[in-house]
Amino acid sequence: MSALLTIDDLVVEYPGRVTVRAVDGIGLSIRPGEVLALVGESGCGKSSTARAVVGMERPRSGSVLYRGEAVPPLGLRRRPNRFTAMQMVFQDPNSSLNPRKRVGAQINDGIMAAVARGAAGSTPGEWIEAVGLSSSLLNRFPHQFSGGQRQRIAIARALAARPDLIVADEPISALDASSQAAVAGLMRRLCLDAGAGMLFISHDLSVVRVIADRTAVMYRGKIVESGRSETIWSDPLHPYTRALLSAIPHPDGRGILPAAPDLEAPASWSTVLPGALERV
Amino acid sequence: MSVPVLQIDGLTIGFGATAVVRGVSLDLRAGRVQGLAGESGSGKTVTAMSVLGLLPRTATVTGSIRLGETELVGLRRRELSAVRGRRVAMVFQDPSASLHPQLTVGHQLTDHVRRHLKLSKAAARSHAVELLARVRVPDPGNALGRYPHQFSGGQRQRIAIAIALACDPEVLLADEPTTALDVTVQAGILHLLRDLAIERNLAVLLVTHDLGVMSAIADDVAVMRHGLIVESGTREQIFLAPSHEYTRALLAAMPDSAPAVRADAGADASALDSPDEEGTS
Repeated sequence: MSALLTIDDLVVEYPGRVTVRAVDGIGLSIRPGEVLALVGESGCGKSSTARAVVGMERPRSGSVLYRGEAVPPLGLRRRPNRFTAMQMVFQDPNSSLNPRKRVGAQINDGIMAAVARGAAGSTPGEWIEAVGLSSSLLNRFPHQFSGGQRQRIAIARALAARPDLIVADEPISALDASSQAAVAGLMRRLCLDAGAGMLFISHDLSVVRVIADRTAVMYRGKIVESGRSETIWSDPLHPYTRALLSAIPHPDGRGILPAAPDLEAPASWSTVLPGALERV
Repeated sequence: MSVPVLQIDGLTIGFGATAVVRGVSLDLRAGRVQGLAGESGSGKTVTAMSVLGLLPRTATVTGSIRLGETELVGLRRRELSAVRGRRVAMVFQDPSASLHPQLTVGHQLTDHVRRHLKLSKAAARSHAVELLARVRVPDPGNALGRYPHQFSGGQRQRIAIAIALACDPEVLLADEPTTALDVTVQAGILHLLRDLAIERNLAVLLVTHDLGVMSAIADDVAVMRHGLIVESGTREQIFLAPSHEYTRALLAAMPDSAPAVRADAGADASALDSPDEEGTS
């Protein structure tokens, strides 16, 4: 099956007094109906990668191909219709929803994008119910919802455009702990039902484990380990992945402190282990 | 068991006609970490804030919070300021918001120490260096002259902890102290909090929604919902034999305690999708 999204040797830099290389030559691919998780700690370059994928950041070098076509930079002009099949869900629904527009109308914007592309029409009610809210709420404004509900609406809006690729940048970290796993599971299910692929960016490995088919672990702009989620979780090879996994505290009630790495990041975290990449 | 250092009894906090905390009772004991779990809006942060009188003036507080012989509810500002930072200290979620960006770390570490403990400038300075070394901030002597932005997030939280401990308090309130941190950094802060509670005989109130963090360092756990404590007990009781349905639902919602959620994660949410998930129109 041909890849939906192919990232090859992508480099993203932020010029300044000192040029910061946020993404340092990474390669990834996503097939239809597949969830790929990109995990790592703050500052490792995962959000820069997401922004480059959707065209919000111009890559310094390397390529991002969506269905074999380079993604044009996002500007003030409307994108060509075919690129609206690529949708993004951001971390903070407060900044991604329009506060002065009723949520039904915002979901309808997504539907119009799908129709303009020649996809089947639908109603906002179907989508809001798909994310577990009542269609009687369509006439409300975003501020009339809780944070978790707002994120569900942002997801409904993205799905209403009938995307075949969803790029989700920390979509669940603003939610209550108890609803994080549920919303992540919901995103996976809706995405697979539509036959779409998803790039799911998160710093929370325990959620990623249950919803992603494949996982890529990023450290300082590079991918240090990648492959099937279950393989990485049960048998991590790279020292950084191992440190990351063993630092997660488990809610088992046994009072065990997670292993804390040294204050200075060990040099071994930056080593390249070819055997840790593309594991099956 | 030892006499509690801080006793919260029948605490009720209201804003206008809405009671956000309804009759909460908790005991904090020296050298132990009391966890307070719950979702956002359950009233756990307001409970912690009320101990230091940090609530807005519109809040009405009834019930009792006793620190040794001192009753904290209804205490006047002047009397409260003798308690704040001296006998009860607090660490917040986001160290970049709780540290003053325009004052040096040294200034923030010695200001209240000189005031409360009446130390000389030189004595306060050497006290500050010791504290920074204890919380493992690299090069503590030099760190005093630097500003918060020159440190990483984890180091900033270590500095905030050093500031909280500077006057040798009896009680430490920690409100989501690791939530803003990366998981590898969080592990280090958890080790530090655990060690400090024991070596300084601190009574710690740990407010967090993260049950993994709770399980790692809390000795006792109380679970809050809609302003009420629905269940409390030792860590083992709460995690291994929860008796309240809500506690069980919270535990089941953790991804690594329920590997089977993959196919139908949506189903678990129903037990938790409660009045506070409704719109606030």
